Amino acid sequence: MYRSHVLVCGGTGCTSSGSAQIIEAFEKELKANDLENEVAVVRTGCHGLCALGPIVLVYPEGSFYSMVKAEDVPEIVSEHLLKGRVVTRLLYDETVQEAEVLPLAETGFYKKQKRVALRNCGVINPENIDEYIAVDGYQALGKVLTEMTPEQVIDTILASGLRGRGGAGFPTGQKWKLARTLVPDADQKYVCCNADEGDPGAFMDRSVLEGDPHVVLEAMAIAGYAIGANQGYIYVRAEYPIAIERLRIAIGQAREYGLLGKDIFGTGFDFDIDLRFGAGAFVCGEETALMTSIEGNRGEPRPRPPFPAVKGLFAKPTVLNNVETYANVPRIILNGPEWFASMGTEKSKGTKVFALGGKIKNTGLVEVPMGTTLREVVEDIGGGIPNGKKFKAAQTGGPSGGCIPAEHFDVPIDYDNLIAIGSMMGSGGLIVMDEDNCMVDIAKFFLEFTVDESCGKCTPCRIGTKRMYEMLEKITKGQATLEDLDKLEELCYYIKANSLCGLGQTAPNPVLSTLRYFRDEYVAHVVDKRCPAGVCKDLLSFSIDKEKCIGCGMCARQCPAGAISKTDYIAPGKKLPAMAIDTAKCVKCGACMSTCKFAAISKK
Amino acid sequence: MSYKKANVPFAGTAEQEAQLRKVIAENKDEKGALMPIMQKAQDIYGYLPIEVQTIIADEMGIPLEKVYGVATFYAQFSLNPKGEYQISVCLGTACYVKGSGDIYAKLEEILGIKGGECTPDRKFSLDACRCVGACGLAPVMTINGEVFGRITPKDVQGILDKYN
Repeated sequence: MYRSHVLVCGGTGCTSSGSAQIIEAFEKELKANDLENEVAVVRTGCHGLCALGPIVLVYPEGSFYSMVKAEDVPEIVSEHLLKGRVVTRLLYDETVQEAEVLPLAETGFYKKQKRVALRNCGVINPENIDEYIAVDGYQALGKVLTEMTPEQVIDTILASGLRGRGGAGFPTGQKWKLARTLVPDADQKYVCCNADEGDPGAFMDRSVLEGDPHVVLEAMAIAGYAIGANQGYIYVRAEYPIAIERLRIAIGQAREYGLLGKDIFGTGFDFDIDLRFGAGAFVCGEETALMTSIEGNRGEPRPRPPFPAVKGLFAKPTVLNNVETYANVPRIILNGPEWFASMGTEKSKGTKVFALGGKIKNTGLVEVPMGTTLREVVEDIGGGIPNGKKFKAAQTGGPSGGCIPAEHFDVPIDYDNLIAIGSMMGSGGLIVMDEDNCMVDIAKFFLEFTVDESCGKCTPCRIGTKRMYEMLEKITKGQATLEDLDKLEELCYYIKANSLCGLGQTAPNPVLSTLRYFRDEYVAHVVDKRCPAGVCKDLLSFSIDKEKCIGCGMCARQCPAGAISKTDYIAPGKKLPAMAIDTAKCVKCGACMSTCKFAAISKK
Repeated sequence: MSYKKANVPFAGTAEQEAQLRKVIAENKDEKGALMPIMQKAQDIYGYLPIEVQTIIADEMGIPLEKVYGVATFYAQFSLNPKGEYQISVCLGTACYVKGSGDIYAKLEEILGIKGGECTPDRKFSLDACRCVGACGLAPVMTINGEVFGRITPKDVQGILDKYN
């Protein structure tokens, strides 16, 4: 028995900011103080508050240390673990109020969260199956195999109202039912897990895989039992090395414990799982493309029907769900569908994980009940926009989604509401933008992504997105006309209506939603040849305020184009002549502006 | 994705080839084995030049065009060698809105190469990547896996100097 547990986050965010060195330092320091048999150091998954990483939690007190450095470790060991005095200066500042230490759950970031899919992330050691079992792990699988028929499992998932968390929101129970019933005499079926999280800015699936890999294995086995499959594949991004390693360990341990393999729980049910690695193609997040890729081909989608429930992987009936969807399944089995359906809105049940990023104070992962408003997520949980800037829009759904403006700040977030306001849930990336972000530039950024990732199989997507990108480029260069805006919009509808798969069908969304809510910005680019946010370089001009310039010449030394030279004007009270920019030579790099210590240079 | 033929001559060793043939022999009968084999081949050689693709095609008894088709489809596969130090700049949404595009441009300027290329001395190669999942540290670049977060274009030269 250990008297204290030190939980160090080993998620990708915290590992990048140095948590491995912190674990080493703890182990060394504990040994030096003869505490290694009293205090256990555990490497956990993600706590969600990545902006404050590396994160260290000390139990039983529940002290939440943020932005810890290896140099801080001796102090935590000698003060906290040896003498029992919490090191207040290292605590997450929101947990300290008037000399009192608040529980983490009371802080703004965690208060409105409800962790279902992420419940074990940051709590258990993901590399130890016993810890997963200790939090009721594999109990749902046991219950399903020994007490329920496959039909009952499907009915439970249907009754819970769980919908696919990968983007489109198809009812999960319905998917399983189709895979079970449509081809009754299939000799082989498959269960697949989509862990090819490709939306730029979304990382909830990675956090589940890194923090709680067994939950995915358990849920896939449950799905296998429900539809009658005995082989599963997890298609995971090769860019997620920590997740892959933990999945490997988890699969090995589950096999060793007889929770994967032959005759699970002595019920005669066989189920095993293999890993397949994605190779960096966004389109492989589309279900048919993913299966084509597992088969060893170019990951191009194929027309549906036939749907995967009839003809999926290796032409056999297949169920494919994403990681977060699976993470909900064991809890639904154990707590009952009514429990799950009690959370959320009428048509979107349960919780949703969002990856908060962009111009927001608390970047990280948050899980909230469906129906939480954008305002609550951004202001209460996310801590608002830094540097006193104004909220402009939130982008959800990645390259398939759209931008939600401030006027819809109080819309409850669920699948249907987001579609109604021109965006979509997507996998749950939520990027906050402030007044410094140009909406045309953002639309162009997403189109550049889609052009790059379009697989090229169907014409509307391959050529249409390219033409859209070119039009956007024209706009950001100030060469477009108002007629181009209409053409752009028309093209959006063609691409949506005629593309083969979800990638092309949703690719115009970033443009359509910004056109809908920020048309004035497009018009400013087209008519006034001006970028209101000051982002689009071709429309910017830099100038030096000759009254503020002290003539130090720093800007001229930084200028890569030699565009800055002395004038013969000396401002009152200054000793040297002011500088000026030759706009014909200026390459608009902004180097001068970031060098000037006297705020004499501006762009507009 | 790069479609260019590598301009650096192929310098594979006999050991590498033996290793590759072993990997192919062990895996080729599995369902959907081509991608796992190509991923391992890239681990062995660091990239997938036409010579390596030919060995895979011959040993697996499939057309070279299929191997090439897969190699050029996925961003992870590279037909060009990588530098001793592989620089990768995240152009995911979170990093992009925090200015990683400027970091990328600065690297291109300093190294004198474009994204996807390798410097002539094979010291640095530069790529853009999608999210590395360290959005809390945006903007982010990595060099051989080491993460540099919250950087500005001004920091770039200093970071490169550490590797020279």
